[in-house]
Amino acid sequence: MTSDSLKKTPLNEAHRSLGGKMVEFGGWDMPVQYTAGVLVEHLRTRTAAGLFDVSHMGEFWVEGENAIAFVNSLTTNDVTKLVDGQAHYSALTNENGGVVDDLLVYRFDNDKLLLVVNAGTTEKDWDWITSFLSGPGAVRTGSPDDKPRVTLTNASADYCQIAVQGPNAIGILKQLTDTDLDEIKYYHFTTGRVDGVESIISRTGYTGEDGFEIYADADSARQLWDKLLEAGRYGDTDGIVPCGLAARNTLRLESAMSLYGHELSDTITPLEANLGWITKLQKGDFTGRDALLKQKEAGLKRKLVGFEMREPGIARDDHKIFVNEREVGYVTSGSPAPYLKKNIGLAFVPTEFANTGQEIKIEVRGKQLKAEIVPTPFYKRHK
Amino acid sequence: MANIPENLRYTKDHEWIAVDGETAGIGITDYAQSSLGDVVYIDLPRVGDKFAAHEAFGSVESVKAVSEVFIPIAGEVIEVNSALNDTPEKVNGDPYGDAWFIKIKMANPGEADAMLSAEEYEEYLSTQG
Repeated sequence: MTSDSLKKTPLNEAHRSLGGKMVEFGGWDMPVQYTAGVLVEHLRTRTAAGLFDVSHMGEFWVEGENAIAFVNSLTTNDVTKLVDGQAHYSALTNENGGVVDDLLVYRFDNDKLLLVVNAGTTEKDWDWITSFLSGPGAVRTGSPDDKPRVTLTNASADYCQIAVQGPNAIGILKQLTDTDLDEIKYYHFTTGRVDGVESIISRTGYTGEDGFEIYADADSARQLWDKLLEAGRYGDTDGIVPCGLAARNTLRLESAMSLYGHELSDTITPLEANLGWITKLQKGDFTGRDALLKQKEAGLKRKLVGFEMREPGIARDDHKIFVNEREVGYVTSGSPAPYLKKNIGLAFVPTEFANTGQEIKIEVRGKQLKAEIVPTPFYKRHK
Repeated sequence: MANIPENLRYTKDHEWIAVDGETAGIGITDYAQSSLGDVVYIDLPRVGDKFAAHEAFGSVESVKAVSEVFIPIAGEVIEVNSALNDTPEKVNGDPYGDAWFIKIKMANPGEADAMLSAEEYEEYLSTQG
């Protein structure tokens, strides 16, 4: 794919002007890192602040009197428990309990929800969700007569999304808004103005640090981006730095957060992937619930675990895992952990081996290297 | 612009070789370290290991990727820069000096002459993306 046929966020020029090394990601032309490099980007986010363009993610509005019932019937977490201004992490599951995508569900009102989905799966998710608007699935929209009582809008192209993460994030954002950020609790949000731009200000993120994700109209992206770099003192040795996909990955991995396509997929259930905490089997029926109940009853055959390398070497995605000379599992994500200064990863192993302290071997380019299963998350920020 | 010292010879796989009598030092070029990004791990052979020309003798890892390194000419490893295990970032900072990978006893000393000169390597780089 030439970079011409890749999709571009409104910040594409900004990335290039900052020395971004551009790569293809899920059909998008994105920076994998900037001039500082992934190690600096990662560490600066943990000690000061990092700025992330996440405009490639998808946004769907679900509105109408049955919005909550509709989304609740398609996702694993309990939408009825949200209050106005609250968001939760959730999963869309198929009939087998496999994950179609992981997502955030924001409740604006009892008839207005925002779904934020992954960049590479936006189209797939849209087709999946809209398929329930008519036909036998229409009953979920509260419609006895095949006319939906929810309205779905794919607003992905209308929005930019910028994340500012790190201990200094709140101080940086405070310079650009009169909205009381201290009032916004974790996984809560509000609407307000950032540098005069009408925005959704959400206390969420994918790094394990405190921080905010800002949603605004796509045309305002460059203004917000530049202002955040300025407010964050980009260029100072402890100033904010823009962070690419590489640092985004190492940050989320240290925090043991899942990445769709690695820890989650159509053939992996949330129970297997350590997401039982967002799977409310008692909330009532939802797509895949029967399959998940059966799986829970039968007992999980495999589980997602975290590991640390115990000898020099770096395990990578898809490397095979051995216990007692038998191949038993595989690595879903493996990488150096820049803050922890270890080499870590997530992996699926049979339930019988999914215990802290279990010694495993990982085949890394022909060599079997020792690793050990450890508790996750690997990194937890000081509150 | 990548740094390309005049007194070394080069390969299209972005290794450099510094001939010193019957022995030679080998590492990766400034262009290579820049393409890789932050180096986090290096896999080096052991003293006594023998390699034929162009064989992979180790690998260099960045956060995101692994790259094999190829020996430009045949030889036997007589010294290994194991300091790089503790400070792999030296490869980014000083690819031609502190971050030499191995020193070899050349099997066929003349072989090094067939490697690219600094000028030829620079020309080759200009054809790369």
